[in-house]
Amino acid sequence: MKTVILAFTVRLLMPLFFLFSLFLLFRGHNLPGGGFVGGLLAGIGFFLHSMVFGATETTKRYRLNPIRLMAVGLAVAVVAVAMSLFVGAPLMTGLWSSITLPLIGKLGTPVLFDIGVYILVVGMVLNVTFILTKY
Amino acid sequence: MDVLLSILTGLLYAAGLYLLLHKGMMKMIIGIMMLGYASNLFLFLVAKLTRGVPALIPSAADTIEVPFADPVPQALILTAIVIGFGIQAFAIVLLKRVYLSTRTANMDDLNTTDKLDD
Amino acid sequence: MEYNQLILSSVLLLPLIAAILNLFLWGNSRAQRWVGNLFVVLHLVVSALVLKQTVAHSMIVLNVGDWLHGYGIMLAVDALSAGMIAMASLLALLAWFYSYEWFTSESVKALFNVVYFFLLMGLTGAFMAADLFNLYVWFEVLLVSSFVLFTLGGKKAQLEGTLKYVAINVFSSTIFLAGIGVIYGLTGTVNMAAAGIALDSLGQSSLANVAAVFFLVSFGIKAAVFPLFFWLPATYHTAPIGISSLVVALMTKVGVYVLIRFFTIVFPISENEVFRVVFMLIAAFTMVVGVFGAAAQSDFRKILSFHIVSQIGYMIMGLAIGTPLAIAGALFFLLHNVLVKTNLFFISGLVNRVAGSYSLKQLGGVLTQFPLLALVFAISAFALTGVPPLTGFWGKFILAKAGFMAGDWEIVTVSLAVSLITLFSMTKIWNQVFWKPLPQGSSFSVSTFSQMAKSYPSMVLVVLCLTVIILGVSFFPNQFIEYAERAAQYVVNRTDYINAVLNR
Repeated sequence: MKTVILAFTVRLLMPLFFLFSLFLLFRGHNLPGGGFVGGLLAGIGFFLHSMVFGATETTKRYRLNPIRLMAVGLAVAVVAVAMSLFVGAPLMTGLWSSITLPLIGKLGTPVLFDIGVYILVVGMVLNVTFILTKY
Repeated sequence: MDVLLSILTGLLYAAGLYLLLHKGMMKMIIGIMMLGYASNLFLFLVAKLTRGVPALIPSAADTIEVPFADPVPQALILTAIVIGFGIQAFAIVLLKRVYLSTRTANMDDLNTTDKLDD
Repeated sequence: MEYNQLILSSVLLLPLIAAILNLFLWGNSRAQRWVGNLFVVLHLVVSALVLKQTVAHSMIVLNVGDWLHGYGIMLAVDALSAGMIAMASLLALLAWFYSYEWFTSESVKALFNVVYFFLLMGLTGAFMAADLFNLYVWFEVLLVSSFVLFTLGGKKAQLEGTLKYVAINVFSSTIFLAGIGVIYGLTGTVNMAAAGIALDSLGQSSLANVAAVFFLVSFGIKAAVFPLFFWLPATYHTAPIGISSLVVALMTKVGVYVLIRFFTIVFPISENEVFRVVFMLIAAFTMVVGVFGAAAQSDFRKILSFHIVSQIGYMIMGLAIGTPLAIAGALFFLLHNVLVKTNLFFISGLVNRVAGSYSLKQLGGVLTQFPLLALVFAISAFALTGVPPLTGFWGKFILAKAGFMAGDWEIVTVSLAVSLITLFSMTKIWNQVFWKPLPQGSSFSVSTFSQMAKSYPSMVLVVLCLTVIILGVSFFPNQFIEYAERAAQYVVNRTDYINAVLNR
C-alpha cells in the first residue's frame, strides 16, 4: 500500500511513536501507562512501517529479529524477578536504589521488569503481524 | 450509573456468546473479543464505581483519604486484558491457518473429528 | 537465601530459564535438545527436593513480593501440591524423551522445544497457587502453551481440533473470571484461605452459590465431567502423541485438582448437601457415559480419550463422598490414572509408527509380531480396568470401601459396573489391534522388536520405563497410599491449610 503521502508521513512519524512509547513505559509506575501499552505502541509503529513498505523492508532497515527480541525481553524480566532472591527477600520483591534519573524516575527492579515486558511485547507484536502478512 | 453499566455488561456477555456460537469464523473471533470485554467490565463493576483518589498515601499525611479507588481489581483487569490479547492473537492466526488448509470459512463443515467412523 | 524460598522459586523459574535459552538458540535444534535434557532433569531433582521438604515440614508457604500473609500473591505447597508437582515433573521428563523422534521438521522442533517448557512452568505454577487469580494466570499459561503444541505439524485434523479446543476454553476462562469477580465482590479477597473464612461468616448466601456454580462449570469443562466433556473426544485424539500424552494425562487432572481445592477450602461441599448430591450425579453420569462412548469407537486414540472421561468420574466420586479415605482414594486413583493413561497413549503412538494407522480396522497382528509390546499393553490395560494386584485395583478398592463406609452404596455399585464395561472396551482394543491377524494389504515397517528398538530407541525406552514404574507402584503401594492419606488429611481439615497460609 505504498503511496507517496503515506511513505513520507510514516517515515516522519516513526520517532514520534517510539518517544511516546518510551514516555508511557517510564510513566507507568504511578500513573496510567506501563510496559505493556508502551510495547504495543512501539510494535504498532513498526507495523505501520511494514504495512507501507513491506515486512522484509522493515526487517532489513531496522535489523529486527522478533524471536531474539522476545528472548531478550523474557531474560530481562527473569533477571528483575530473581534479583531479590540474592538479597534474601522473597521472589519478586521490589528493590529500589537511591539513584534518581531526571526523566526516568527512581531506578529499581519493577522498572527493569517493565522494560523486559516492553521488549517482549514489541517482539510478540512483530512476530504475529509478520506471520500474518506472510500467509 | 451502576445499573447502566451492569446492563451493558450483560448485553456484552449475551452478544459475545451468541457470536461465539456462530458458524462463520470472523464472527467467532469477534465473539471471543466481546466475551473478553464483558468479563473485564464485570471485574470493573465488582470494584464499586466511586470517584476516588489513587490508592497511595500522600507523603504529608498519615492515612489515606476515604474515597479511594480499589487497586486489586484494576490489577486483575489489566492481567485479564493482556491474557485476552494473547489468546485473540493466537486465535486469529489459527483461523487463518484453518482457512488456508480447509478452504472454507463455514465452521459447520469442520466436523470430521466428531464423526464415529474414521 | 533461605532454602525453602530457593527451591520453590527454582521449581517455578527453571522451566522459564530453559524456554529463554531455547529461544536464544532458535534454529539450532541439537543445542536446544541438550538444554532441554538438562533442565528437565534439573526440574525433576528440584521437585523431589520440594517433596522431601514438604514431607518434613507439612507445608511450605512463600509470600511473593514480601507482602503480609493473605494480602499479596502467595505460593503454598502442601502434600497434595508437592505430590502433583513431582508427578508432573516425572511425566514431563518421560514425554520429553518420547518426543525425540516424533517431529521431523526443523521449525516444528524449534517451536516445540520452547513451548514445552512454558507448558511445564504453567503446570508447576498452577499446583502451587494459593489464590484464585494467580491460579487463573498459570492456567492461561498452561492453556495457551497447549494450544500451540496441539497445532504442531499443521495437519487438517489437528487444526480443526485445536479450533474447537480454543473456543470452549475461551468460554471456560470467561466463566472462571466471572466467578473470581463474584468471590471478590462478596469477600474482598481472592486468596483461597481468606475467602473460605469470609464465606463461612456470610452463611447461606445465594451469591456464594452462584460463585460455586461458576467454578463448577468452568472447571467441569476443563476436567471434562458430564455434561461438559464433549470437547475431549473431538480434540484430544488429533494432537501429536508426545504432547497428547502429557497434556491429556495432566490437563484434566489439573481441573480435578482445582475442583478438590475449591470445593474443600473455599466452599466445602461436606457442609452443603445439595452440591454433594449434584457432584454424585455428575460422577455417576460421567463414568457411565464415558465408558459407553468408549465401547462404541473404532479408533485407538478415541477409545482412550473416552476412557479418560470415564476415569475422571471416579475422582469426582471420591470428592463427592468427601471422607478422608475417599479423597485419599481419589488422589491415589489420580496417580494411577496419570501413569497408566500416559503409557497407553505412548503405546498407541508406537503401534502407529510400526503399523501406520490408528484405526482398529486397519491394525492387527501385533501380538505375533511384537509379543513384548503386547505384554506391555496388557499390563497397562489390566491396570486401567482394575485387575488385582495392579494399581487400578488398589484405587478402586479404596474408593469402594470409602463409599460403603460413608453409606453411598449406589454410586459404588455404578462404579463397579462401569469397571466391567471398561474391561469390555479394553478387550475390544486387544482383539482388534493385537490378537486378530494383520488385514490384507497392510504391513509393518519393522519386523522384530530389536529393529523397532533401534529405529525408535527413546520411545521404546520410555514405554518400558513407565511399565516398570506402574509395576513398582502396583507391588509396593504402601508408601503411595500413605502419602495420599496424609495429603487427604490436609485437604479435608481445611483449618490446617487456612492457618498455615494466613500464618495465624
